[in-house]
Amino acid sequence: MTIKKVTQHPSQNEALIFERSQTGRIGYRLPKLDVDETSLDEILPAELRRDDDLAGVPEVSEVDVVRHFTRISTWNYSIDLGIYPLGSCTMKYNSRLNEKVARLPGFINLHPLAPEEESQGALELIYELQNDLSEITGLPGVTLQPAAGAQGEMTGVMLIRAFLDRRDGEASKDRRVMLIPDSAHGTNPASAALAGFTVKTIRSTDEGLTDLDHLRQVCNEGGVAGLMLTNPNTVGIFETNIREICDVVHQAGGLVYMDGANMNALVGVARPGDMGVDVIHLNLHKTFSTPHGGGGPGCGPCLCSAALAPFLPVPRVVKDGDAFRLDYDAPESIGRVKAFFGNFGMMIRALAYIDTHGAEGLKEVTEAAVLNARYLSHYLKDDFDKPYAADPMHEVVFSHKNQSKKGVHTLDIAKRLIDYGFHPMTIYFPLVVEGAMLIEPTESVGRADLDAFVEAMKDIDREAQENPQLVIDAPHSTRIGRLDEAAAARKPVLRWKPEEHAVGAS
Amino acid sequence: MANIPENLRYTKDHEWVAVDGDTASLGITDYAQHSLGDVVYIDLPRVGDKFGAHEAFGSVESVKAVSEIFTPIAGEVIEVNDGLNDTPEKVNADPYGEAWFVKVKMDNPGEADALLSGEEYEEYLSNNG
Amino acid sequence: MRYIPNSPEERAEMLAAIGLKSADELFRSIPKDVQLGRALQITEPLSEPEVIGSLETLAAKNTAAAKPSFLGAGVYSHFSPTIVDHLIQRSEFFTSYTPYQPEISQGTLQYIFEFQTLICQLTGMEVANASMYDGSTAMAEAYLMAQRVTRRDKIIVADTVHPEYRAVARTYTQHGDAEIVPIGFDETTGRLGSLEGLDEKTAAVVIQSPNFFGCIEDVAAIAEQAHAVGSLLVVVVTEAISFGLLRSPGSCGADIVVGEGQSFGVPMSFGGPHVGLFATREKFVRQMPGRLCGIAYDKDGNRGFVLTLSTREQHIRREKATSNICTNQGLIALAATIYLETMGKKGIHEVAMQNAQKAAYASRKIAGTDGFEIAFSAPKFNEFVVRGRKPATEILRALRENAGIIGGLALSKYYPDRENDLLVCVTETNNRQQIDKLAEALIAANRR
Repeated sequence: MTIKKVTQHPSQNEALIFERSQTGRIGYRLPKLDVDETSLDEILPAELRRDDDLAGVPEVSEVDVVRHFTRISTWNYSIDLGIYPLGSCTMKYNSRLNEKVARLPGFINLHPLAPEEESQGALELIYELQNDLSEITGLPGVTLQPAAGAQGEMTGVMLIRAFLDRRDGEASKDRRVMLIPDSAHGTNPASAALAGFTVKTIRSTDEGLTDLDHLRQVCNEGGVAGLMLTNPNTVGIFETNIREICDVVHQAGGLVYMDGANMNALVGVARPGDMGVDVIHLNLHKTFSTPHGGGGPGCGPCLCSAALAPFLPVPRVVKDGDAFRLDYDAPESIGRVKAFFGNFGMMIRALAYIDTHGAEGLKEVTEAAVLNARYLSHYLKDDFDKPYAADPMHEVVFSHKNQSKKGVHTLDIAKRLIDYGFHPMTIYFPLVVEGAMLIEPTESVGRADLDAFVEAMKDIDREAQENPQLVIDAPHSTRIGRLDEAAAARKPVLRWKPEEHAVGAS
Repeated sequence: MANIPENLRYTKDHEWVAVDGDTASLGITDYAQHSLGDVVYIDLPRVGDKFGAHEAFGSVESVKAVSEIFTPIAGEVIEVNDGLNDTPEKVNADPYGEAWFVKVKMDNPGEADALLSGEEYEEYLSNNG
Repeated sequence: MRYIPNSPEERAEMLAAIGLKSADELFRSIPKDVQLGRALQITEPLSEPEVIGSLETLAAKNTAAAKPSFLGAGVYSHFSPTIVDHLIQRSEFFTSYTPYQPEISQGTLQYIFEFQTLICQLTGMEVANASMYDGSTAMAEAYLMAQRVTRRDKIIVADTVHPEYRAVARTYTQHGDAEIVPIGFDETTGRLGSLEGLDEKTAAVVIQSPNFFGCIEDVAAIAEQAHAVGSLLVVVVTEAISFGLLRSPGSCGADIVVGEGQSFGVPMSFGGPHVGLFATREKFVRQMPGRLCGIAYDKDGNRGFVLTLSTREQHIRREKATSNICTNQGLIALAATIYLETMGKKGIHEVAMQNAQKAAYASRKIAGTDGFEIAFSAPKFNEFVVRGRKPATEILRALRENAGIIGGLALSKYYPDRENDLLVCVTETNNRQQIDKLAEALIAANRR
């Protein structure tokens, strides 16, 4: 008996919820109002009340909602499906245990302004996590308040600014240049600008490392507030001269900020504080496995040397005898960077991650992550142009030079990878590599999956050489093809409107 | 091979300048639009804005990139091609004609003479392109 | 280690396959004197039951979490339909990332588009972004945006905007050119005082409605005054459920609406993660921070969604970016979207009504008691200020110790001269018995 496949499942054509809305459908029930009613006019005069009947907000049943989101979820790739090799993102396994403990009623039902005596568990958790992150980075000052990496970065750069203003007084206004490598992530210069700095770029050498001579030269020009760097850097290589880099900047009177995005190559093996770094931010949603959630939420702790600690945001969580409390007494603080204490829910998950791994587990993760990247680098370098000879750490970068001669570029390779069932690597970052493909497998990928990824890449290279159009026209297997992003940017349509998107029009 | 009209002057930042008395019209070259890809938006200054030589006066955006545009000559903006953002694709289709960005009253009309000729720009492109 | 697929034996094979003798060689580019050379001084690995046990112990110490509470002040207790938390735990939602490859992220992109649409509908604005970190940072970004749009630097901010939000905005603007001018409030009504200092140098007037004292501002009148001098009006909304009942800020003339979406089915979780809302007029869209999702078509005319207008963002514009923001609050925005679609137009309205009714009931009960009055005469939504004869901190302690109730927030925490003022919030999660008990306990506390 043969099974005849008749049609595609309707989930392939799931419309917007607004296009499914039907008058009178209901998805909820609240308990009846149990207090004596007051006339609405007495509570709120009519001119303050809404009179548009919440036009456009959908009316659907609970079943509609469940089907809607279940269906559209099937259009997403995810870590649970397989390797998600986005360089610089550290797409590691998101543990379900972490989800369970983050949902304990004693955590989720706790109001941030509840009395401190009745929030001791939360404060203790923050304190413990602070200590663990301090030990991991080798830096004593900590704040968990920043909501994401970019915010942690802004905090770090503002700490530098506050320190210099205090140290140099009036003369500090002549020290407003932040040095940033040409390979840096875009948030770096944007954060520097928020702290009132201008940016000067430091070149990389042909080997992919920070050009020490250029750094010395620019530092000699004076006015240097500091250097922002990533280590391992954004091409995946460890800055072997890190101690010297820090010395050069310190001698010029500046401080060193490290972008901690690539900590997955260092945890348990080396510590930024030991390298001479003054301040760092971490990404709990990268190194510490808190879920990426389709683009957030994150948590971007900022850690610093003792000299910078007085400037950390308020409040601080401190231990007072056996109790934990919030300390607002920090006259030199840069201020708050977020309301309340930060993304507490992500802190729970990160602490559970650290507890589950322990010291030996964290080191094992780092070894496995670097090994996986080194393994991919070894097997891909014959077919893909690898611009740097140095050992890649937890991620490796290739360029499209071997394929572009046939008219196949990085974007095409990425789209063709989708046909092979993989999520593409990070593309066109860092900007210093032409047609960059930045691959970070993380420790969460088994050997068989790594081999399958290598096979797919080799196949794509062969296709690029023998049948380039197949790659250029990819993807072929998805429910929609490449989208016209230029048209979308010229005439942006950023919301649904009933008259423009009538049901049935497609 | 990029289109390079003879009667215009050029800069190494890939802008073109058309001189008419003490007024200069500015835009970006065919090479520039080709490098940017599909243009989606042009950020233009306002009439009355003043700029020094080599100052950025706006930017051109494609889907994945933004490029600043520099005025090679000092002056005051007297006209802006406001309608350009209704059809930004004109920058790709007609960079020297309909896709002029601004008209500037030059502080020093002689400044335009120091710019590259069509031949010089072509040479610059073949050495650096 | 159970989260690492490759066993130690497999890893040894892999090392050999690529010509390395040991894991240590992986780190040969890190100078020996920079390597740690010892174990981290943190816990040993804990098993699942141990991790659960230790976190349960910590959670149990948060005794406030189980008590009836009347705390609001920017974070609110609301009912969240079961399917919200259930659906966000689908692998494809919570273990996916930013939709950089639209062909395999249409699920994420579509819900962002729905979120943006819903926020537009509720705020009455033309365009909304894919979310910010929270209400406080959304407001800080609104200051910066107002400066960009108007090319002016003066920001007039009401003292009745959430104090922590104002603190965050100060941090964000301290190194730029912004001049922040505070405006007081009317002691009788609780609403904005006169707009002194509003002039042609003003980039934005920033108000919160309902404000920190729970009072609803006359947004339309303030909008008119701001626009008369070419200034923008920024309206901050910390209690998003109020959109279900109150006239939208957009229809009152707001130019930027920012706020906190935590009330849309997101747990309080000691202050985060929550979700910032940001909406504005279409003509300002290129100055708007954060991610934006738009409609796009493939070559066969199939409709899809894609992140767009990326050139505003840090990864392209770098130091000239509209903001340094990189992530949004994806999963939390998803939770809010599911909440709003589950509750629907009727549910959002009914929840808002219940909040207003219960707060009105509570406020009437308390006002009717000896020794308490409801401060500020302006209309309110679900929060109000109670004024007694004693310091609110004492009243609150008595409520906790004698009645086991978290009665609200002592305003003196943020407004040191308002010692006897207590901010009370009543939502649909407070039942009649709790409200009656609150009133009784307040009377008892005031008496002693």
